[in-house]
Amino acid sequence: MSVEASLYNTPLADVHVALGAKMVGFGGWNMPLQYESILAEWEYNRKSVSLFDCSHMGEFMIKGDAKSCGLDNLVTQPIADMPLKSCRYGLMLNEQGGIIDDLIVYRKGPEDWMVVVNAANIEKDARHFRSNLKDSSCFEDVSLKTAKLDLQGPRSRDVLQCLSPGIEKLSYYTFDRFQIAGASCLISRTGYTGELGYEIYCPWENCKEIWQNILNNATVKPTGLGVRDVLRVEMCYSLYGHELSEEISASEAGLDKFVDGNKEFIGKEPSGGKISRTIGYFISASRKSPRAGNGIFDAAGREIGITTSGTFSPALNLGIGIGLMECSFAKDAATQVFFGDAKNKTEGRVVKRPFYKNGSLKA
Amino acid sequence: MEIEENFLYTKEHEWVSIEDNIATMGITDYAQGALGDVTYVELPEEELEVEQFEQFVSVESVKAASDIYAPMAGKVIEVNRKLEENPAMINKDCYGKGWIAKIDVRDMDESTNLMNADEYRNYLDSLAH
Repeated sequence: MSVEASLYNTPLADVHVALGAKMVGFGGWNMPLQYESILAEWEYNRKSVSLFDCSHMGEFMIKGDAKSCGLDNLVTQPIADMPLKSCRYGLMLNEQGGIIDDLIVYRKGPEDWMVVVNAANIEKDARHFRSNLKDSSCFEDVSLKTAKLDLQGPRSRDVLQCLSPGIEKLSYYTFDRFQIAGASCLISRTGYTGELGYEIYCPWENCKEIWQNILNNATVKPTGLGVRDVLRVEMCYSLYGHELSEEISASEAGLDKFVDGNKEFIGKEPSGGKISRTIGYFISASRKSPRAGNGIFDAAGREIGITTSGTFSPALNLGIGIGLMECSFAKDAATQVFFGDAKNKTEGRVVKRPFYKNGSLKA
Repeated sequence: MEIEENFLYTKEHEWVSIEDNIATMGITDYAQGALGDVTYVELPEEELEVEQFEQFVSVESVKAASDIYAPMAGKVIEVNRKLEENPAMINKDCYGKGWIAKIDVRDMDESTNLMNADEYRNYLDSLAH
């Protein structure tokens, strides 16, 4: 296994290889899929604490008044009223209401913002910001100098408290600056696993040392993107390119609660618009798991949707799936559905989100 | 990478051990390592007639499903039901308790289409380069 030249490398690419990680291309980046095994890493995250390299994610810095600089108009959630040192999840839409990306806005100061976006969308998002902000000089893409480490799991606070005293005061979706290994890091209490956890943003050049400092605590295990995907599907979190795309609206994606109809933003849908399909969640009747691209059928064999994400769930010991399906099916928990193709179908049923209900997220 | 010296192998990384016209088959150490944790095995029906290299089993890992091919033609006479409850047996003991199916071989001559342990070892080396 070698470090791929055609893909971007995070500051930790050679560290992952040395740790024996299986590497894969993801969103244009050379990333660790797994170190040990996905099931072992799942267990570690849900019961203890694990460390992910998420330096592939994009970070933009924006300076200016939320409304007059145009930032507020780019995001479906209100930005101007965000408390200092808080985070807010929202969407960025195209003129037709399709989803360009999902993102998290950080309010660092009254007129100082960080926006975190998906790795595969960095260039597209940066273009959209530059062309829609009033003054593109207040925008900077710092993705290639900002590393990001996610420490997630019920014991993450205990671990981080030893390195960054005061971290225990952070409440869900807030952040502050802390020192780790002598470097100033922005740490938010956010994540993508459904467990108590933190996202640590640090300068690219300090990343290796911070990674090592955290791993020096024997409680922490490095964890790959393979299990990250399992964890997020168990929580029913959307992933761009699966549940979200420019062809899917916020309502169809089931993300209406992150869209504020009382404010203006690019791509705002006229009110009262009806949708025919939406994201729904289903479990397999067995360990056989749905896979992205599998058709979803009703009991009579009529195709009523398509699977957008599917995996085996270690928590349920069953296959689980997320799919874009006819609204009447998505909204009716316990409805019998089948997944597969015309020849080979497996029974399942629609359930309410999330699949995994025992997370330590808000502990 | 473990390779059993007396078994025969396919390019799709199935192994087969033939005794008294009965072929016991499973997937190789290389295959189980590449798949990762096996979470489900879709076993064939007993009595099923299969052709050599015909897909007849599906093995799923957490993230993907993979087709498994019959190393020899014949009739499936037994399947390893223990894999239904404990698919991870394929990861733990792929050449032993993780066997998948037994086939009553129709044409022993077809074993010449398979690799012996040395040939399979060379084949794996060629994949690595």
